[in-house]
Amino acid sequence: MDLSYSSEDLTFRDQVRSFLAEKLPSEISEKMRLGQVLGKAAFDQWHSILNDQGWLAPNWPAEFGGAEWNAVQKHIFEEECAMANAPRVVPFGLTMLAPVLQKFGSDAQKAHYLPRILSGEDWWCQGYSEPGAGSDLASLKTKAVRDGDHYIVNGQKTWTTLGQFANWIFCLVRTDPDVKQQEGISFLLIDMATPGIEVRPIILLDGTPEVNEIWFTDVRVPIENLVGEENKGWTYAKYLLTHERTNTAGVGSSHAGLNAVKRMARAEVSNGRPLIENPHFAARLALVEIDLLAMSTTNLRIVSKAAVGQAPGVEASMLKVKGTIIRQEINDLARRAAGPYAMPFVSEAVEGDNAPPIGPDYAGPVAAQYFNNRKLSIFAGSNEIQRGIIAKVKLGAMG
Amino acid sequence: MNFELTQERQMLQDTLRRFLADRYDTRTRNEILESDAGLSANIWSEMAELGIVGAMFTQDQGGFGGAGFDLAVVFEELGRAGVVEPFLDTAILGGGLIAALGSDAQKELLDQVIGGTLHLAFAHGEPTSRYDLAQVETSIVQNGQNVTLNGRKAVVINAEAADLLVVSARESGAAGGAGGEDGISLFLVPTDMAGVELQGYPMLSGGRAAEVVLNNVTLPVSARLGAAGKAFPAIAERAAAASVALAAEALGAMETAVRLTGEYLMTRKQFGRPIGTFQALQHRYSDLLIELEQVRSAVINAAGHLESDAKTRDWHVAAARNLIGRAGRMVAEDAIQMHGGIAMTQEYELAHIAKRIIMTDHRFGDTDYHLERFIALSAA
Ligand SMILES: Cc1cc2nc3c(=O)[nH]c(=O)nc-3n(C[C@H](O)[C@H](O)[C@H](O)COP(=O)(O)OP(=O)(O)OC[C@H]3O[C@@H](n4cnc5c(N)ncnc54)[C@H](O)[C@@H]3O)c2cc1C
Repeated sequence: MDLSYSSEDLTFRDQVRSFLAEKLPSEISEKMRLGQVLGKAAFDQWHSILNDQGWLAPNWPAEFGGAEWNAVQKHIFEEECAMANAPRVVPFGLTMLAPVLQKFGSDAQKAHYLPRILSGEDWWCQGYSEPGAGSDLASLKTKAVRDGDHYIVNGQKTWTTLGQFANWIFCLVRTDPDVKQQEGISFLLIDMATPGIEVRPIILLDGTPEVNEIWFTDVRVPIENLVGEENKGWTYAKYLLTHERTNTAGVGSSHAGLNAVKRMARAEVSNGRPLIENPHFAARLALVEIDLLAMSTTNLRIVSKAAVGQAPGVEASMLKVKGTIIRQEINDLARRAAGPYAMPFVSEAVEGDNAPPIGPDYAGPVAAQYFNNRKLSIFAGSNEIQRGIIAKVKLGAMG
Repeated sequence: MNFELTQERQMLQDTLRRFLADRYDTRTRNEILESDAGLSANIWSEMAELGIVGAMFTQDQGGFGGAGFDLAVVFEELGRAGVVEPFLDTAILGGGLIAALGSDAQKELLDQVIGGTLHLAFAHGEPTSRYDLAQVETSIVQNGQNVTLNGRKAVVINAEAADLLVVSARESGAAGGAGGEDGISLFLVPTDMAGVELQGYPMLSGGRAAEVVLNNVTLPVSARLGAAGKAFPAIAERAAAASVALAAEALGAMETAVRLTGEYLMTRKQFGRPIGTFQALQHRYSDLLIELEQVRSAVINAAGHLESDAKTRDWHVAAARNLIGRAGRMVAEDAIQMHGGIAMTQEYELAHIAKRIIMTDHRFGDTDYHLERFIALSAA
């Protein structure tokens, strides 16, 4: 056991710090600091800055252009990025689709899609969920029927995050309706510009158009866009989900969020003293910090066990549950810290236009974020589903 | 002991519940949320005609209620339907302060308030006051028969729609804490008065508020409500009444949240069965029902002590608001969670209801503020 960073780790950390100081655009970090929503341009810009540095894909094997960092390096990078108010990279291509293509894709698919993910040429979105298929994803109904060298896709996907920015979508579709649900699903890559696709925004409870409904009407998809084998999509989908879950632990963003709450609580005054000295608020803050301290080590322990390009198994579910509880608690603290100024809803504050803030600049988005981040325990496999998985695996091993 | 509503209150509850069920459905309400005014003038006047504003005032004041239980009955229904119209601001706060402190001439305004033709807002909180009722720095200078006000008021709900603001200002003493209670006066300030500037905005859970700047606002001394520097007890009493109303509103909203959740659990199917058949959700749902009973009792305790002496009153109010702050968070969060994605959408009823529940925690003291009040009042 050794909890300290090695000298290589420290060198790496200094490298990351100077990179961020030099390359992270201040307009972007300022928006992040104020909790404002980023537009496509900002995501694209940060993506290409990281790509130029060769740091976009720490999780990818080197043969595909990945950085192949170890767990500690990944941890350092995430922490430093969060502290510097850097945005997270959009995960759909980089951390969801890419591992699937690397493991199950054809050589042609790897050669075509992976570089385009790195370059930012393709923005992917995730077409898993449907109105009737949420937790029970395997019940999905969107169907793909073979017609010569095409599939004809009909159906509806929903909750598609940032689908409005995407030019590609990876979809789970039903290719065999007559077998056990899990055995009739395929994994298809679909160009969003194909005729018959319609994207409709869904406005979330914080007023943001973050997700979409996507309708498919006789959409013709070339058969070479099938990943792996027909009707084996469920295996690939589950593989992707473990990668997605590990990502949602969000240790870095929790640290940044906690720091933001501390800044707020130093500025706010309660009973003539800074709020951070208020015993009840201080206790709430301390409890989350204590949890996060342990969680951060849990994350390192678990991530360091997984090999390059691999994701942990049932532990990913544990990280997801605990990580999201902590993040949501931090959102709750931020809301409390803002006091009455949590009430104004200034969409400019969320979207980042230059309207003058109402009250202190940190207060604007906190309540909206509190509500928006209720999603953390719902998506990427709800926390109830994760608990079910943990119990099934662990109890199953005992039976 | 008797936990039944009086016949009059039962009628009031039935009338209001029926009216809101007919006239205030999700679509209507969402249109109001989207509107520039942030409230419906029609709904307001229809509800005033039904006597909803009158129910907030005693007979002496020209109404037919005014007790803690009247407030609780009305606000539970408003909460149930997720009503965003500012009854708290115009009736309980603005109207209530005029009723408590006003001269006979000033009290004549109450007819218009009760009739639904006059809107009011309570401009009390300031940018750094958080929940401290005595943190008033807005200044007053008296010049013969005139007074001049200068200061800033924060998150003044209903300020733009209001004809008159009830503005607090300091005649003497220093702002904040128990020492700051003395020396505060209230003034009736027309919103179109020279030197009154409003920066308006919508609120996350509906309705509108404004930042109010008072820049050399000069008024006749007759605009003062009650004796100079002595307004605090009335402010504290109205803050307690507002807390009873907010507690009851949260109760009504929680009832809706739990009802929607129950209905959804029995209709939404995953894995070939209603999700309400999963024990993990059944237990959570049961916990919400248990909390709801606690919340109802807390509202009754607070409402039943609104007319008690200040210490007893505030002790019960603090208890109720703390309990409801905790239970409200649990109900709002668990109701969303048990719905899954659908509850995250703007247009679904629960989204608004959850926001109403949570955002009550940002008016007249949050969960921790009321915990501290409870501890302090228990020791006193
Ligand atoms: C903001 C947001 C973004 C999203 N982005 C995407 C995206 O980009 N792409 C995509 O494909 N999907 C996305 N999703 C969808 C997400 O994956 C689903 O919401 C999730 O799978 C849950 O499905 P559901 O919403 O239909 O809820 P349901 O599955 O209907 O669940 C409702 C409730 O029942 C519980 N439940 C269900 N089954 C069980 C069980 N067996 N035992 C105990 N409890 C159970 C759930 O935990 C939940 O509390 C997103 C969702 C949100 C909210």
